[in-house]
Amino acid sequence: MSAITLRVNGRTHTVDVDPATPLLYVLSDDLALRGPKFGCGLGQCGACAAIVGGRAVRTCVTPVSTIGTAEITTLEGLGTPERPHPIQKAFIDEEAAQCGFCLNGIIVTVKAYLDQHPKAGDAELQQATSTVLCRCFTHARMWKAIKRYAAEKA
Amino acid sequence: MVTRRDFLKTSGALVVSFASAPLLERATLAQGPFGTRASHIDPSQLDSWIAIAADGRVTAYTGKCEIGQGILTAQTQLVAEELSVPLDRVTLVMCDTDVAPDQGTTSGSQSTPTNFNERNLALAAATARETLVKLASAHLGVPVDQLAAADGFVAVRSDRAKRVGYGELVAGRKLNVQLDRNAKRRPQSEWTTLGKPARRLDMAAMATGRFEFVHNVRVPGMLHGAVVRPPLVGATLAGIDEASVSGMPGVVKVVVRKNFVGVVAEKPWQAMQAAGKLKANWNPGPPLPPQRDFYDHLRKQPSRDGFVVNSGDVDATLAKAASVVKATYRHPYQMHGSMGTSCAVADVRNGKATVWSPTQSAYPTRAGVAALLGLQPDDVRVVFTRGAGCYGLNGADAVSFDAALLSQGVGRPVRVQLSRRDEMAWENYGFAYAIDQRIGVDANGTIVAWDYEAWFASRGGRPGYDRPGNVVTGTLAGLEPQPFRPAQAAEPSGEFRNGSNAAPSYVAGRVARKAGGAGTIASERVLAHTIASPFFTGPLRSPSRLQNTFAHECILDEVAAQVKADPVAYRLRHLSDARLKAVVAAAAKAAAWDARPSPRPAAARSGMATGRGIACVAYEGDNGYVAMVAEVSVDRSTGRIVPTRFVVAQDCGPISNPDGMRNQIEGGALQGLSRALGEEVTWDDRAVTSVDWRTYHSLPLGMAVPAIESVLIDTHGVEAMGAGETAITVVAAAIGNAVFDATGVRLREVPFTPDRVRSAMNDGRPG
Repeated sequence: MSAITLRVNGRTHTVDVDPATPLLYVLSDDLALRGPKFGCGLGQCGACAAIVGGRAVRTCVTPVSTIGTAEITTLEGLGTPERPHPIQKAFIDEEAAQCGFCLNGIIVTVKAYLDQHPKAGDAELQQATSTVLCRCFTHARMWKAIKRYAAEKA
Repeated sequence: MVTRRDFLKTSGALVVSFASAPLLERATLAQGPFGTRASHIDPSQLDSWIAIAADGRVTAYTGKCEIGQGILTAQTQLVAEELSVPLDRVTLVMCDTDVAPDQGTTSGSQSTPTNFNERNLALAAATARETLVKLASAHLGVPVDQLAAADGFVAVRSDRAKRVGYGELVAGRKLNVQLDRNAKRRPQSEWTTLGKPARRLDMAAMATGRFEFVHNVRVPGMLHGAVVRPPLVGATLAGIDEASVSGMPGVVKVVVRKNFVGVVAEKPWQAMQAAGKLKANWNPGPPLPPQRDFYDHLRKQPSRDGFVVNSGDVDATLAKAASVVKATYRHPYQMHGSMGTSCAVADVRNGKATVWSPTQSAYPTRAGVAALLGLQPDDVRVVFTRGAGCYGLNGADAVSFDAALLSQGVGRPVRVQLSRRDEMAWENYGFAYAIDQRIGVDANGTIVAWDYEAWFASRGGRPGYDRPGNVVTGTLAGLEPQPFRPAQAAEPSGEFRNGSNAAPSYVAGRVARKAGGAGTIASERVLAHTIASPFFTGPLRSPSRLQNTFAHECILDEVAAQVKADPVAYRLRHLSDARLKAVVAAAAKAAAWDARPSPRPAAARSGMATGRGIACVAYEGDNGYVAMVAEVSVDRSTGRIVPTRFVVAQDCGPISNPDGMRNQIEGGALQGLSRALGEEVTWDDRAVTSVDWRTYHSLPLGMAVPAIESVLIDTHGVEAMGAGETAITVVAAAIGNAVFDATGVRLREVPFTPDRVRSAMNDGRPG
């Protein structure tokens, strides 16, 4: 165990954990955040994604010791139900969910990708989400939401 | 956690709690095999369903839960509509066994039929409105027929200013009335909330990471558990070396119960690490039948046989037919493969248990937990808490049992979330099927006989109230699954029932001289053989209905092609059910169907080929009607199928939430696409090898999404039906038929992987 300091959603937290612990467990258990979720533990589905240093990272396979001073933003760090981030608002407006478990991975992955690639076209967005899953297959609405957000941002 | 009584106290309502029913009364209720008792919440009492607080807020208690299908919002709309209150004044409490009535399992597209017709929740809400009007009549001194309920008030029709609020009417009283079978529901033509596209009530919380899934439940003093499943199917525990994990940080205890093994630790990561390190010795189980020959293996096993229909003249009619079309269709085991692995939290102490569970079966799970722990069902409380979308029976019930056993083992609350491997290797898969079809056609090209014979593998299933062994944890802990007993088929009796869609829509469905089918073919035989499955199976979305419909709708297409008939016209020619015919016609019209026989005359010999196909079904015979037109392109060089457009017409009776129904159609269409193109459980001689998203293939968000157009047919004056499983049922068939139209090649085995498509083309097998 060792004390590790993290910057999460604009606040500083110090946790006492095994440095090999994946970041996901620290976020969802030690910090009790509800955005990042355990989907596979293998980095294959995206449910655990958080934005670390501006990039979407699969936190289930990222040891907490490798984060350093990078700023971490989770789904709840983007916006609130009263004041959602524009990408969250696009998903809310399009009713783009069924069970909602995948939303974290999808919103976080797309948000980070479009921040880095503001001019990304459909093919690039498809590539960026080629290992992000939604098992309810709410894809049609999600793409409407993503395109609405991308258009607003551009 | 709020008890019903606490809630009522804090909200100011004065409805007496049913949780306080006297013990004497409870003891007189019927008992099931494990001491299961009927719910202490009497469903014939209005107070079991509806509570009205002093501020006029309405709380409704339901035994049907939200699993992503939108029933939270739709049931809230229903209560708001019947009680004439705004949507935001209604709170729904779903499937908490201490406070909600027992409505069994949320499954089988039964929530809408159960709660949206003249019974249960709908009847309770209608009874509540009529009760409020009667109370207002006494309060205002105005006859009932001069009063109307609106916006949370009962007002005098001629003088709306003269009114009294629901909260004021109920305050100081216990409603204490029975559900009134004659209570009038608000007519659909006057609906203001129900039937309108209501926004999902949970959407903003989910999109901003505030929503509490069961995975987020945290209880004071809670530990974390991980299970250690056998490495191989059928293995039994020979011994455990507890010392292998005793020095590991955070490890609290190794819990063993017959073949059930788990580790409890302070933190989830520690529990998972310890579960991986624990040395357990297992006696191997029997080898698995090779996957390569599995469909043939099915035919050679002892079976339990059943007829759906048997006119007795099928062989004779086929012998006389001008031609007979024969084909065998195959469908693999598929998995629910939930996005999140299953998770539950249990607190078992001092002879009482509380389980926060994502199960679709709160009361049955209560009984199963009680059986496993040696408690009485009344000492167990199951609080439904949402998990990842399930689509039938994922690991939700098993993990609830896991958490209960581990909590009992350590005497503290324990949270368990399964690993991806444990979820996928041990869930209850959708059935594998081999289906033989023989269709006789007369000289005019009309079908005169339909012969269906199927073999499918089944083991376990929903635990129900008395079979916890129907899922892996129960079996490991020593409780057997439903035993398999071979049996010969009895002649069909009673009335025609087509709950599994084993009978095609095109047969007359004549049992005891009464025709109950959706079609016209009089010579009909439908015989299914159930085989003992090496793997657990369960009701994966559209269970059996999807597999059977794939075989029916494809063979119908094969026959249409042979007699050179247009697939839409040929369907209509053999159907009698007006609602099914209407959805076929509606889908064809919306898709601007190109009426002609398949395959397309100038089917491309190389490069990209395009085509269109149709499929339809009367879901479960009478629980929703759907038709889908699929347009696809097929890359002949790679064998890759890319659907470009789906047009779906659906009639499920009165529509509660049109946008919710569209969402279900879209999701069903694309989930059906993923299942048709890529999903198949694989195994080697000892174990399942589909254990993650590299070895089980789900289409990702970044797939090419076809355009989806939904035609909603809102039929008034009929029963409300389910809409969650209709669209998915026809997808594989519609795609297979479209591929045939494009290429002239018939695909008879799901999934339609590029390898299979290529090899079918290379075989040059004509339709």
